[in-house]
Amino acid sequence: MVILIKQSSGIKSSEITPKSIYLNRRRFMQRSLAGSVLLGMNAMLPAWAKPWEGIANSAFSTSEKPNTLEAITTYNNFYEFGTGKSDPSKNARNFTPRPWSIAVEGECARPGVFDLEDFIKSETIEERIYRLRCVEGWSMVIPWAGFSLADMLKKFEPTSKAKFVEFTTLFDKSRMPGQERRVLNWPYVEGLRIDEAMNELPIMAVGLYGDVLPNQNGAPIRLVVPWKYGFKSIKSIVKIRFTETQPSTTWNIAAPREYGFYSNVNPAVDHPRWSQAKETRIGEPFWKPKHKTLMFNGYGEQVAKLYEGMDLKKFF
Amino acid sequence: MKSEGLTSIKSIAKSHTFQFFIMSSPSSTTISFIIKPVVFLACLLPFVMLVYAAFMGSLGVNPVETLTLETGSWALRFLLITLSVTPLRMITGQSWLIKLRRMLGLFAFFYVSLHFTTYIWFDQYFDWAAIVKDIPKRPFITVGFSAFVLLIPLVLTSTNKMMRRLKRNWTKLHSLVYVIAVLGVLHFLWLVKADTREPLIYAGILLVLLGYRAYQQRFVKSR
Repeated sequence: MVILIKQSSGIKSSEITPKSIYLNRRRFMQRSLAGSVLLGMNAMLPAWAKPWEGIANSAFSTSEKPNTLEAITTYNNFYEFGTGKSDPSKNARNFTPRPWSIAVEGECARPGVFDLEDFIKSETIEERIYRLRCVEGWSMVIPWAGFSLADMLKKFEPTSKAKFVEFTTLFDKSRMPGQERRVLNWPYVEGLRIDEAMNELPIMAVGLYGDVLPNQNGAPIRLVVPWKYGFKSIKSIVKIRFTETQPSTTWNIAAPREYGFYSNVNPAVDHPRWSQAKETRIGEPFWKPKHKTLMFNGYGEQVAKLYEGMDLKKFF
Repeated sequence: MKSEGLTSIKSIAKSHTFQFFIMSSPSSTTISFIIKPVVFLACLLPFVMLVYAAFMGSLGVNPVETLTLETGSWALRFLLITLSVTPLRMITGQSWLIKLRRMLGLFAFFYVSLHFTTYIWFDQYFDWAAIVKDIPKRPFITVGFSAFVLLIPLVLTSTNKMMRRLKRNWTKLHSLVYVIAVLGVLHFLWLVKADTREPLIYAGILLVLLGYRAYQQRFVKSR
């Protein structure tokens, strides 16, 4: 069983999520998960597809208004399901994120291959409402359900040689039709420096709006690193590897001048082809001016210390 | 010898059955009062649909992106449609098609202007300092902007009067459209992140249209 009931005095997700959105979300999930599941028949869902009940809202959550479930689930960059923004919502419809296992490898004392349910059963799932800034110049506010990446990584007891953590997405053309074309060097690989990974902000997300994570958002489990451009937050993870050297990451391989290993949100360092000073906040009227992009996407208080003394123009 | 294939296409095009199939040239009254207005309205349709979508709030999750992409795509499409008038006219022998070319070209400029306006207004929100910095700094914007600027003299000299006044120079000046189309395709190609399939389709069509002209110049006209 995966239902984690946390006895917490914190705010329930139902209290922070506007009711209309909450109800709309329910309807949406019921429609999208299985056409046969009628209203109120959650009991018919497999255990893994049930909503996260009674999870607490994290202190790291922003108080900004989250985007609608519709925007979050129909406007995705997930090239494994097509390169168009609306492709993932269509092409991931038949993706079944079970059975799922995660291999933990490399410089750690407790490597292994774990079934997803075992992998997450001892984790504390909470709601984290984070800003997401895409390298393309748009941003959203997303209410994830997930758990601390640092807490999880520590359980595998990384050794002193573990300087980086590498993550890999599933590579299976029959399940991810976008992988038929080599638009990127499959499988998708991302990475963090170990101290970045051990920061309190990154989470492994397993849900959205209190429900199970939709396929197009990286089901069943994805990374969320809110101070970096969205492509660092790798989806549908099947492998985690502790390494001594910096991993080669997918977009960095595709265009090394444009997508650095760090890829911290930084309004002062432009993408070579466009400015990063401003962003379009999805959901706001298009005739209004854009938002100014914040250093580290506004998470400087938690993460600026990681980069002290580093030339962020060089290590972009 | 080399032009045999094309000559046979031409002979088919000029054959009676084919002429009957597409009918003989329409009268100038039909062109002025039926064909031109219909084509005009058809060309306006993408614009009408965008305005409608904007008012209905159905421009998608990222409306600025939709507006930018749609106006840009239509600008490029109209450039290619304009460039296909001459080959189409030569292959089908329907020389009256030339009478639609100016309108199609002006519509290309219309959509380029909408594309540029979207950039100035919704993308940059009249931040002139940022715009002036952006245009020379980003190669894809530099080529796109150049294409826009180069279109202006063509628009200004598109009248019958200017055509008569400039004589031979008019043709020379208006061959700039080839440069503009190449810049337009480059603009698209240089802005995509990884999936170049769509801009490459435009590049392929442009290559065929320019290739046809080069072939005509080299093997047909010079004989």
